[in-house]
Amino acid sequence: MKFKSLLLAASMVAVTGVSPALADLVFPSLSYRTGPFAPNGIPFADGYADYLTLLNERDGGIGGVKIANPECETGYNTEKGVECYESTKGIGSGALIYQPLSTGITYQLIPKVTADGIPLHSMAYGRTSAMNGKVFEWVFNYPANYWDGATIAVQHAKDMSGGDLNGKTIALLYHNSAYGKEPIRTLEEKAKMEGFNLTLIPVDSPGQEQKSQWLQIRRERPDFVLFWGWGVMNAVAVQEAANIRFPMDHFIGIWWSGAEQDVLPAGDGANGYKSLNFTYVGKDKPVFADIEKYVVGAGKAAGDGSNVGTVQYNRGMYAAMLATEAARKAQELSGKADITAADMRNGMEALVVDDARLEALGMPNFGPTVEVSCANHGGTGAALVQQWDASAKAWKAVTDFMPADRELVTKLAMEDSEAFAKENNITPRECN
Amino acid sequence: MNPAILNFIEIFMNGLMAGIMYSLVALGFVLIFKASGIFNFAQGVMALFAALTLVGFMTGQVPFAHLINAIFGTEVHTWGAGMPALLAILLTMVVMIALAWLIERYVLKHLVNQEPIILFMATIGLAYFLEGFGDLMWGSDVKTLDVGLPSGGSFWWEDVTREWAAAGSQYYGMYIDLLDVSATIIAIVLVTALTLFSQYTATGRALRAVADDHQAAMSVGISLRRIWVIVWSISGFVALVAGIMWGSKSGVQFSLSLIALKALPVLILGGFTSIPGAIIGGLIIGVGEKLAEAYVGPLVGGAIENWFAYVVALAFLLVRPQGLFGDKIIERI
Repeated sequence: MKFKSLLLAASMVAVTGVSPALADLVFPSLSYRTGPFAPNGIPFADGYADYLTLLNERDGGIGGVKIANPECETGYNTEKGVECYESTKGIGSGALIYQPLSTGITYQLIPKVTADGIPLHSMAYGRTSAMNGKVFEWVFNYPANYWDGATIAVQHAKDMSGGDLNGKTIALLYHNSAYGKEPIRTLEEKAKMEGFNLTLIPVDSPGQEQKSQWLQIRRERPDFVLFWGWGVMNAVAVQEAANIRFPMDHFIGIWWSGAEQDVLPAGDGANGYKSLNFTYVGKDKPVFADIEKYVVGAGKAAGDGSNVGTVQYNRGMYAAMLATEAARKAQELSGKADITAADMRNGMEALVVDDARLEALGMPNFGPTVEVSCANHGGTGAALVQQWDASAKAWKAVTDFMPADRELVTKLAMEDSEAFAKENNITPRECN
Repeated sequence: MNPAILNFIEIFMNGLMAGIMYSLVALGFVLIFKASGIFNFAQGVMALFAALTLVGFMTGQVPFAHLINAIFGTEVHTWGAGMPALLAILLTMVVMIALAWLIERYVLKHLVNQEPIILFMATIGLAYFLEGFGDLMWGSDVKTLDVGLPSGGSFWWEDVTREWAAAGSQYYGMYIDLLDVSATIIAIVLVTALTLFSQYTATGRALRAVADDHQAAMSVGISLRRIWVIVWSISGFVALVAGIMWGSKSGVQFSLSLIALKALPVLILGGFTSIPGAIIGGLIIGVGEKLAEAYVGPLVGGAIENWFAYVVALAFLLVRPQGLFGDKIIERI
């Protein structure tokens, strides 16, 4: 028995690097710091870890309880992601939330977290219809989802076209996977509503070779290209668009196709490329002074500090902030500091992060207003459009946070989630 | 001329160019397989490692900076200055030769006379090691690679071909990527140099002798270990060229190692032992997949070129199991 305990403790240390105290709030990080997707995974994991470190160092944790952030390397591999979930869910007093930054891992974890009663937050990725909290009780995808993104991108194209898309052509260049296909249904509906022609152009993973697709775009000359890519596919697409001299301000990527590493390889050719984003980019916010003072400057940063302020770093920080705010809410609702995963879900369902709260956190305008409920696990659904300035090597926001067409998105999400509930014999719960 | 015909020519030409890029990767496999019978699973990672090293030298990055900083608490990242592309390429080549020597000294030497599957497994291990080592040495961030090669569409070619279209038709001219043109020229030079080297130098003849028969070559005094170092060095050079061409397109990132997947159908088709086979195989695969994507893809939902390349290769296998140019294996029973 004693040997087994020792073995368990040793394996915990092996996974986490540190052994969390039983009373810690455990926020595991299923990160990927190795492999082809590491350039995205590292800054995200760094931002996530650094924000939690900031709360520990500056505030003593949340409500006086320290936060533990055991990391487990998934390599963006779905099987490893599931293994990491299994090996971290029992750490300390139990994991409170999972945010795996992978649609593949998310899909595999949905039935597991539902059975185990642990909240899963797939922030702007994963299964879109998980926004229906009546069916997906343990899954959340606020502040926005892919279908929100599709309608926001179309709205931006419409704004650029003088408010009318009738007769225009929009091409969707997408990763030929469940992720890339997510927006198709929504775009087909928008095409009917707005009168534009939709062309679908898939690219097989990993997307290193896209000559055929860009020759097609060059021949057909769509008015806009919407883009759902990830990893190396992003950089290649931006380079090919520049090569064929496609007007870059008419090339609009989803938020996972708009980080610095996606545009830097194309040099000046990437100038003007646009992508959606749901977080602020840069480090001109009060919270970054604290990150510097308590984390980077104190030698406690997860990385070397060079990622601070980049798209993925800030997104990691934002994910951590949403998780910690939910934990804070959970403490408030349960009246105890040592919350359980069930308390955490209650906190997430009562989460409100508005402008005033962001200001108080030293993160004014860092993200859209987030308001979650029992029925709505998808938040308010808003994103901004950012544009790459190649000379300054920086993203610049060119719009405010724009609302999605939530009427359409909610209708589609209800259809999809109800079909899922029927297939899986789930009786949607009542929400008051 | 009818724009539809011009479009066909454009797709065909771009297929040829893409095929050259695949051939550059396939060449590295062929060289090693020819000389040692090893299917080098690590060839894609070697291209990645070479490109990482090149960018590291060009930007003046300190190798193992993260490790040094973590151990000693320092803040070193760069030497303060980079170096010209040509010098960096030469230095990278030195590193690749050193790598070849290390591979021979610590991996291959101990596996002489082992089954091919054992050697193949060793290269799988080598691939994982090299990927991790490259990460540790140069970091895993995406790096921009610009060695001064022209890139982007050619205006001149667009203007020339626009005139070919029938009057009144809306035709924008043919597209050709200057980076692909550069790759084609480099591939021609590379293959010519490799051919001359193997035909007209003593070392080249020794390489061919080893390729023909290891034991016979050893019996006339050819050092197998020396030949392996040379062959892995040449393969490292080819990996560097492939890494430069592919890295210039997408930036140098760890998915660069996946370019090996593009070489497999080329090898199946062209044969594992033929340099011309790697080139011709690449061209056939390049043209085949691009035409299929353009004309068959829309009928079946698109994104077919990856698997279509394997279909083409397998179709050839049915007719010529040894590949188009591969040596026919006759075994005495």
